[in-house]
Amino acid sequence: MTWDWQVFLQDTGGGQTYLNWMLSAWGWTLSVAVCALVVALSVGSLMGILRTTPNKWFVALGNCWTELFRNIPLLVQLFLWYHVIPSMFLVLRGVPSFVLVVLALGFFTSARIAEQVKAGIQTLPKGQTYAGLAMGLTLPQTYRYVILPMAFRIVIPPLTSESMNIIKNSSVAFAVSITELTMFAMQAQEETSRGIEIYLAVTALYFVSAFSVNRLALFIENRVQVPGMIGGGK
Amino acid sequence: MNLNLDFSFLNWGVVSSFVAKGLIFSVQLTVIAMIGGIALGTVLALMRLSGKKWLVAPAAFYVNTLRSIPLVMVILWFFLLIPLLIGRPMGAELSAIITFTVFEAAYYSEIMRAGIQSVPKGQVYAGYAVGMTYPQCMQLVVLPQAFRNMLPVLLTQTIILFQDTSLVYAIGAYDLLKGFEVAGKNFNRPVETYLVAAVVYFVICFSLSMLVRRLQKKIAIIR
Repeated sequence: MTWDWQVFLQDTGGGQTYLNWMLSAWGWTLSVAVCALVVALSVGSLMGILRTTPNKWFVALGNCWTELFRNIPLLVQLFLWYHVIPSMFLVLRGVPSFVLVVLALGFFTSARIAEQVKAGIQTLPKGQTYAGLAMGLTLPQTYRYVILPMAFRIVIPPLTSESMNIIKNSSVAFAVSITELTMFAMQAQEETSRGIEIYLAVTALYFVSAFSVNRLALFIENRVQVPGMIGGGK
Repeated sequence: MNLNLDFSFLNWGVVSSFVAKGLIFSVQLTVIAMIGGIALGTVLALMRLSGKKWLVAPAAFYVNTLRSIPLVMVILWFFLLIPLLIGRPMGAELSAIITFTVFEAAYYSEIMRAGIQSVPKGQVYAGYAVGMTYPQCMQLVVLPQAFRNMLPVLLTQTIILFQDTSLVYAIGAYDLLKGFEVAGKNFNRPVETYLVAAVVYFVICFSLSMLVRRLQKKIAIIR
């Protein structure tokens, strides 16, 4: 077979080249991933923290949340957000599918992040909580000033791989017609029949995105490292 | 809130004619990809731990590449490439089975690598000292313990694999989710069928993960 990279300069019929379309699709992938990551980090941290509190209702809420969002496939959750929820809550009927995808991916990932945050908090010696409380800090203050600053730095490596997963998982958005990279790959392949070139380019963009997240996370990790801990001590 | 749900169309006939076929395929895909993936993954893990550069490099390349591409893209790649390589079209179902085996091998191999490394090195030396060859030592001493140590993690990965089988949606293979979707379209009740699909997936995955948790307590080796 022969290569035909000029396919990217062909017109899509909509007044732009396939290259332009691919770059805008990359933009959609990154926007979905970044917005979902913001949702996942905030909700996931909250649920992870709730699961370590002494209040059994909070713990139960956090546990239910994690089990619910962890045991349903992402694609099925996406369909629930897209088909089921708007038909039950009519207010949500006009919400753009971008928002629904972000919520679906964000909540799905939040269950995983909750698990990591919980594990991170539990690796800290219990004595730190007791010390905080003995000093007269309230429980929220203990979390804010004693536990979380340590716990978040401990969980950066697992959170990095979750952030890379979220870029990979954003590919399911094709199922609800968001023109992100996977959707672009499927459609452009069909229109041009130059599947290999298109798929190679799209795969390369996924690589670049995940790799950049990895480097960025490494940079953050080095900056916030706790001196004296494994890998730290500068 | 508008709760106008009607599940009455979901009788046994509908389930057995639309959903059962999909469920059988999803389970089939999971089991084949698990067995094939663990076998291939173990070979990859042994290659990466062999210390020989010409074995380590290709195995590391295989694992790292597949782990950084979205599964949906891998499914699309195989669906495009296999017919080009063998010269004739291949059904979505068979293509999915090959894809998942190859893809999951990369994830299982990382688990097996950790499992093999969890066996103390002294045991390998002990194996050699009593005159075992490398294959004997791996087969009789290291791998049985590696499997045992990693069984919960391997099974957890299998639950994730079962969830991921829903992504064959991208190439139109007929799996559990597709079964529900077709039923929903036929009776014009998509909302109800998606809900039931979610409940079915949840029940299967949740009960499996409970089982794994119980197993984990039972088989942990106390050192």
